[in-house]
Amino acid sequence: MTAMERFPHRLTLVTGHYGTGKTEFSVNLALALAGEGARTALADLDIVNPYFRSREQRGLLEAAGVRLIATSQALADADVPALPAELHGLLEDRTVRGVLDIGGDPSGARVLARYRPKIAKEDYQLLYVVNARRPEVRTAERSVEYLRGIEAVTGLRCTGLVNNTHLCGETAPEDVREGALLAGEVSRLTGVPVVCHAAEARFADSLRDLDPFPMEIRMKKPWE
Amino acid sequence: MKREIWKGSEAIAEAAIRAGCRCFFGYPITPQNEIPEYMSYHMPQSGGVFVQAESELAAVNMVYGAAASGVRAMTSSSSPGVSLKQEGISYMAACQLPAVVVNVMRGGPGLGSIQPAQGDYFQATRGGGNGDYRTVVLAPANIQEAVDLTQEAFDIADQYRNPVVLLADGLIGQMMEPIVWKERTPRTLPEKTWAACGRGGRDHNNFITSLLIDAPACEAHNLDLAKKTAEMEKNECRWEEILLDDAELVIVAYGTPSRVAQTAAENLRKQGIKAGVFRPITVWPYPYARLREIAGLDRVKTFLTVEMSLGQMLDDVNLAVAERKPVKFYGRCGGAIPHVSEVEQAAVEAWKEVK
Repeated sequence: MTAMERFPHRLTLVTGHYGTGKTEFSVNLALALAGEGARTALADLDIVNPYFRSREQRGLLEAAGVRLIATSQALADADVPALPAELHGLLEDRTVRGVLDIGGDPSGARVLARYRPKIAKEDYQLLYVVNARRPEVRTAERSVEYLRGIEAVTGLRCTGLVNNTHLCGETAPEDVREGALLAGEVSRLTGVPVVCHAAEARFADSLRDLDPFPMEIRMKKPWE
Repeated sequence: MKREIWKGSEAIAEAAIRAGCRCFFGYPITPQNEIPEYMSYHMPQSGGVFVQAESELAAVNMVYGAAASGVRAMTSSSSPGVSLKQEGISYMAACQLPAVVVNVMRGGPGLGSIQPAQGDYFQATRGGGNGDYRTVVLAPANIQEAVDLTQEAFDIADQYRNPVVLLADGLIGQMMEPIVWKERTPRTLPEKTWAACGRGGRDHNNFITSLLIDAPACEAHNLDLAKKTAEMEKNECRWEEILLDDAELVIVAYGTPSRVAQTAAENLRKQGIKAGVFRPITVWPYPYARLREIAGLDRVKTFLTVEMSLGQMLDDVNLAVAERKPVKFYGRCGGAIPHVSEVEQAAVEAWKEVK
């Protein structure tokens, strides 16, 4: 399955509890879409995290043909809640596929509220990322609490779940499978479908039955 | 044991709660805001108290009060905030009160930047407040160690009745890594008979003060503290040796730079330079004796100190090596992290001078 088939809508809004891997997933998705020939932009709307933000991957993204929309370079290292003006262009230009990397938790998702009227008119999917190895959201009930919290502050409905269960570079296929069970349970409780299981490409064979969206770890630590 | 993925700051907060910390007082500052945020939600659930104080000074003095009553208490901040807490740390050391102070360091001096740094080494290891005192300073290099050392910090503080500093750089606070929650064997600790928590049938009141206006009494108190300092120096020194068994070039680094140094050492070995890493886990007490021993080995030709500051730990490396071998330095600062290739290059240059 291509990325465009898996994620058929023009705008992909990536939300979830912090640390579930939203940024890693967003960067991988943007690169995959661009790789399939789509005009693609990645918007870094993380106003919560001071480090490990998709804007740090500017070089990689631009080399792959992905336009990065982020707070101006002057504020790249700050933790001010400033949002890039160019985002309006992405929301309106229907020739561009947009991946919106949203900060963690309802507090991070709040940025979407101001764009809600615009987003609601577009062809979008609001994804909620699940990671069974994150202690705060390891149970379906807690996961649903965060999901509902994000819906409440954004005024948008979640349309799909992404199982992105990982342990940074130390993930095993069983972790992804446990995440699949958690995502399934969240889906049962909310009626929101599981749209994909994301897993490092090296697990393609061992997780063939889950047909995972192949990921490559891009948000590396300085010594990796 | 089940592995979980935790962010450094929230893992430190959870570790403190699991170690029996029941009072957390803090004031927000990046890059450690997840500690107070986590505490605000989870501490009340564990039957403890969380207060967001009006300032760092208020927070550290709330810790002073809670510690005086015998409760395990903690505060956390980042560099400029920890500067503000120094008075409280000195007072607690003077009053022999156990407490844990977490510093997730960012770029300085002053307000500096919010990116990771290690510029508070002098402040942490020399006692940043007034007077003759030291605190054990634990410097984790990964999230598992941050968790283990946070729990250990409370035991060390209680054992010596002294504040303990957990010194992490911003990257340790902000990055995510898998950890397991290990079964701990807590130390056997003395009863807190000194705590000001009600007279409880004693024949005297416990009175906690750092004011000793009579000079001979103040000197005697200082000499008592010095005995304790010597005990901590003797018992609490920790370090790790990575690829050191046959190393000819020794990179000395703690925290994040030690991770960078390890990758650099592995790469240097591929180029035929036998490099290893000496990683202090306590930066006070500093592992002088072991480093001195390594400096005396014939096979060891040179040292390279790597920091996210401009030559602070370098002083301790020089004290240990004491001119037995050359000591070179590479540092980045202000929020910049040394790159693996930069450390390799500095090592190659140091190697050229001695080979």
